Amino acid sequence: MIKRLLGCVREYKKDSILAPLFVTMEVLLEVLIPFLMAKMVDFGINGNGGQGDFPYIVKMGILLIILCVLSLLFGVLAGKSAAIASAGFAKNLRKDMFHNVQNFSFSNIDKFSASSIVTRLTTDVTHLQNAYQMIIRVAVRSPMMLIFSLVMAFTVKADLALIFLAAVPVLAIGLYFIMTHAHPIFERVFKTYDKLNNVVQENLRGIRVVKAFVREDYEKKKFTGVAESIYSDFTKAERLLAWNAPLMQFCMYGCMLFISWVGANLIVSGSMSTGDLMGIMTYIMQILSSLMMLSMIFVMITISKASAQRTVEILNETSDIVNKKEPVSTVKDGSIIFRDVNFSYAGDSGKLCLTDIDLAINSGETVGILGGTGSSKTTLVQLIPRLYDVTSGEVLVGGVNVKEYDLDTLRNQVAMVLQKNVLFSGTIKENLRWGNETATDEELKRACELAQADGFISQFPHGYDTYIEQGGTNVSGGQKQRLCIARALLKKPKILILDDSTSAVDTHTDALIRKAFLEEIPDTTKIIIAQRISSIMEADKIIVLDDGKITGIGTHESLLRTNEIYCDIFLSQTKGGLSDVAK
Amino acid sequence: MSQNRVPQKFNPNRFAPQGKPDMKTAKRLFSYIFKDYKFSFFLVCLLIIVSTVANVASSMFLGTLIDDYITPLLQMEHPVFTGLMKALALMAVIYLSGIFSTLFYNRIMVRISQGVLKDIRNDMFSHMQKLPVKYFDTHTHGDVMSHYTNDTDTLRQMIGQSLPQMFSSIITIISVVVAMFATSLYLTLFTLIFVFVMLRVTGAVAKNSGKYFGKQQQALGDVNGYIEEMINGQKVIKVFCHENVTKEEFDQKNETLCENMTNANKFANILGPINNNLGHLQYALLAILGGAMAIGGVGGLTLGNIATFLQLSKSFNMPINQVSQQINMVVMALAGAKRIFELLDEEVEDDHGYVSLVNATYENGILTEADKRTGLWAWKHPHSDGTTTYTELKGEVVFDDVDFGYTEEKIVLHNISLYANPGEKIAFVGSTGAGKTTITNLINRFYDLADGKVRYDGININKIKKSDLRRSLGIVLQDTNLFTGTVMENIRYGKLDATDEEVIAAAKLANAHGFITRLPQGYDTPLTNNGESLSQGQRQLIAIARAAVLDPPVMILDEATSSIDTRTESLVQKGMDSLMKGRTVFVIAHRLSTIQNSDVIMVLEQGRIIERGSHEKLLEEKGKYYQLYTGSVELE
Repeated sequence: MIKRLLGCVREYKKDSILAPLFVTMEVLLEVLIPFLMAKMVDFGINGNGGQGDFPYIVKMGILLIILCVLSLLFGVLAGKSAAIASAGFAKNLRKDMFHNVQNFSFSNIDKFSASSIVTRLTTDVTHLQNAYQMIIRVAVRSPMMLIFSLVMAFTVKADLALIFLAAVPVLAIGLYFIMTHAHPIFERVFKTYDKLNNVVQENLRGIRVVKAFVREDYEKKKFTGVAESIYSDFTKAERLLAWNAPLMQFCMYGCMLFISWVGANLIVSGSMSTGDLMGIMTYIMQILSSLMMLSMIFVMITISKASAQRTVEILNETSDIVNKKEPVSTVKDGSIIFRDVNFSYAGDSGKLCLTDIDLAINSGETVGILGGTGSSKTTLVQLIPRLYDVTSGEVLVGGVNVKEYDLDTLRNQVAMVLQKNVLFSGTIKENLRWGNETATDEELKRACELAQADGFISQFPHGYDTYIEQGGTNVSGGQKQRLCIARALLKKPKILILDDSTSAVDTHTDALIRKAFLEEIPDTTKIIIAQRISSIMEADKIIVLDDGKITGIGTHESLLRTNEIYCDIFLSQTKGGLSDVAK
Repeated sequence: MSQNRVPQKFNPNRFAPQGKPDMKTAKRLFSYIFKDYKFSFFLVCLLIIVSTVANVASSMFLGTLIDDYITPLLQMEHPVFTGLMKALALMAVIYLSGIFSTLFYNRIMVRISQGVLKDIRNDMFSHMQKLPVKYFDTHTHGDVMSHYTNDTDTLRQMIGQSLPQMFSSIITIISVVVAMFATSLYLTLFTLIFVFVMLRVTGAVAKNSGKYFGKQQQALGDVNGYIEEMINGQKVIKVFCHENVTKEEFDQKNETLCENMTNANKFANILGPINNNLGHLQYALLAILGGAMAIGGVGGLTLGNIATFLQLSKSFNMPINQVSQQINMVVMALAGAKRIFELLDEEVEDDHGYVSLVNATYENGILTEADKRTGLWAWKHPHSDGTTTYTELKGEVVFDDVDFGYTEEKIVLHNISLYANPGEKIAFVGSTGAGKTTITNLINRFYDLADGKVRYDGININKIKKSDLRRSLGIVLQDTNLFTGTVMENIRYGKLDATDEEVIAAAKLANAHGFITRLPQGYDTPLTNNGESLSQGQRQLIAIARAAVLDPPVMILDEATSSIDTRTESLVQKGMDSLMKGRTVFVIAHRLSTIQNSDVIMVLEQGRIIERGSHEKLLEEKGKYYQLYTGSVELE
């Protein structure tokens, strides 16, 4: 996992190494300061037999100032390098993840879900960036400070420094105890937080339901329960953490008292100097505070571990749909054949969504697909542009197995208008050009005319330059669907698949679109999934799906005679005479 | 309502520095603290003072140790350590009281901060429950949500950490300055000047950092927005082979972000070393100056004084830096608190209703109140003259010349009059925005009328208690909202004291029983995230069952079967028909086939009823309904 993440450092390796190096230098200089101070006290202020040695003070003073300036310099350099390295690391990480997501197949996307991918690319990356910066700076600083200070303390007065041997374990064990006990409670708190957010979110979403059923008090009780458990858990965890500061103080004060006593004795007996005492006092503070920092770093790193795991999952995910070595790069025609196709979203082991599909569609035909919700209509057509791979059997387009094609070639020739379609923020023109980047204005207009979209577009004040908001919220559902059809038409595909793409379009316009297809793009194979029987009843072939199986293929008339389900659907929509089918 | 599913937008201004603390908000926040924790809070202040003084005393002690004990001891021929022993014992006592004060104030503070947060959360939620539906129309869920997450979180940090730290820092600064003056006037002046310079330098760096930080947030918002849009449209990208274009666009934005981030972090990162090392510099300069003064005999400085002073100067810089950091935190938290208080100050749904719904029985032909469930309900109507009348709940709804607008300027319903006899089925037809849902929202008083009257069983609905009014109405909404819990619990939401049998009977009525029993755990199948494991149609069936278990005299079905395919719908229709039997029903439907058998069909256009009558009558009229029915006009 760590190796995978470190792979994102790349061109920022130099800064990633320089930062800890500078930090080490800074710490080294900082640690020397108390040492020189001690010297200055002993030989400067107290020197010359207690009279003071002024030139010595000046000499040491200048040395001290130089050290400080150097340490400042290294500190600034370290900060700069760390900033470059961590921002760069985050950039590469984000880039690697985003690029890999672009290679995801549909099943990869299904596996993670869009919102989870977004969180991983945003929040988790930010966490890791902070962690990385901390590791190359603070996580180097504290142990270095600890080591150097220990070395210096022992250099100054080894016997006195031994007090650390007593203090450090007390502090370390205490901190360890607090952390290990607080951590699980915190984890529980975070889960309860999720619960709390969930209650709020459900209430926001379902406020009308809550109000309609007069369940305000019921919801309040639910919320108060969760809020109460957050309170009690959080209090428990934080009360444990509240031992941190006093523990630290206990060790610090304890050491000071001990050193004062022993130190005074040593000085009086002449085996230590006053300067040394002052120096050693400073070193204790440094050692204890760096220990404290270390424990905090430890906590931070454990927290970012989860983020690391989640990002690596994205980085390591490989698409199951890839090009063959020597892919076919032309599609002969728009014929489609399904041979003994079985399909399951979960692979070999899962429940089959499509069973024993055998199907032959000639180039240029119009095919309707009908079936209830959950009858796997969408699943069936998604196999044609190889958005998913069959579990067994084969799908042929233009007489060639879809697995043999270059993916871009295949998908450019098989245009699909998805059921859950999306327009992107940008002008109508920009959105349409997704279909063909080099399309001229005339081509755009013609595609829109076919999709019956030109009419309403030209009524917009800015026409084709009208700005579409994110998600296409400023056009109506029917307009959006027609724009999506136009966008797909611009690809000039050999096969066009409309997955329930005219559900929000009125029957009249729907009929016009179908008529335009028939007249203007007769050579394109058209596959139409629809709820409305009127949308498909004139098709050359109608396929009736039920629970992942084909129950009938034929024309409207033949199916009416032979297929019970088709009959049912027809009747349900024509109940009472003319109804929706009328036209 | 597609906005429900839009994830929370990234708001770059959320964490930008926001100027001066807001005193009014602060006062109100403190009133929360003082409400239940007045004593604890003062105790905490006291303990912080003890702890801080102990800490400052420890800095002072080194000097005392050197001057009063070590130096004299050095001059003694037979050093006596009892004095030192006593001093150390005294210090030990001071230290211990410091340690215990720290421990106790931290622990008490936890209780205060978490308690206040709990109060605020509960207040927010229960207040939110009382807000009118309008509030939820005009505020995005992400914004409301962030009151519970981000805003409360900054409050937690402020109350739990920033406040005590700031207090202790201020106490430290005061006591250190006093101690410094007591030790050496000149050195104190020098320190103060130096600190002033230091603050100026760090201030300049922080300003730069803030500038780049703003840019960074903007770039971050840009990148995150792009990620959000593209990932949500990822399948379209695949279908159009647009991966490479997207990658390129992303790389550009990512590069800009990296640049701004580097700059912002650079300044933020060097702030620490600058502070730190300027502190060292101050320390060194003080040592030189102090040393020179001690040797020169200026100001009567002793070695102990210098040692004390050096320690003091160390404990001086830290709290000063801390205060400036904490002020930022406090400002941020107060901004969050302000947003929370804004929510708490939102006006609640007003309810001046006094007519209530009670169980009733007929005693000797006279309707009287019953003390247990009888299946018969009555409106209890107290009058100003002290008498009370009872009216049987039947489900008659009358609209009398009603106007309504979501805002005062824009009226969306004009002159709506309609009459629904008990047991009648009234259908509304019209395009999106014609006002169908709005009419039904007026019956249960999600919104209040601008003009006109709505009567329920002859009573003006403004006189009926909202909760009782709504209890008498069953609603199935277009957007199905299920709650986390089992299927059983979700259906029981309609009537909390319903038995399992009643729930199952309701599910059977709604034709949901079949698929529920086929679920892995049947009625005990847990649902999460708005029932994501179910199909949209199945969710709607559960919502129908939920309304059915309530068994209300009036039902509102707002596109209740829109997500069920026509074949399944014709199966469900039977259940729906039995559900509607004997009730006043308001139906809104997209598919005209489902409303043909209504007693009255109302065609709405731009907030007006333009046609009304039975299916046959409307067809004969060859008006808008006829056009819709024959599919020659678009219905959206």
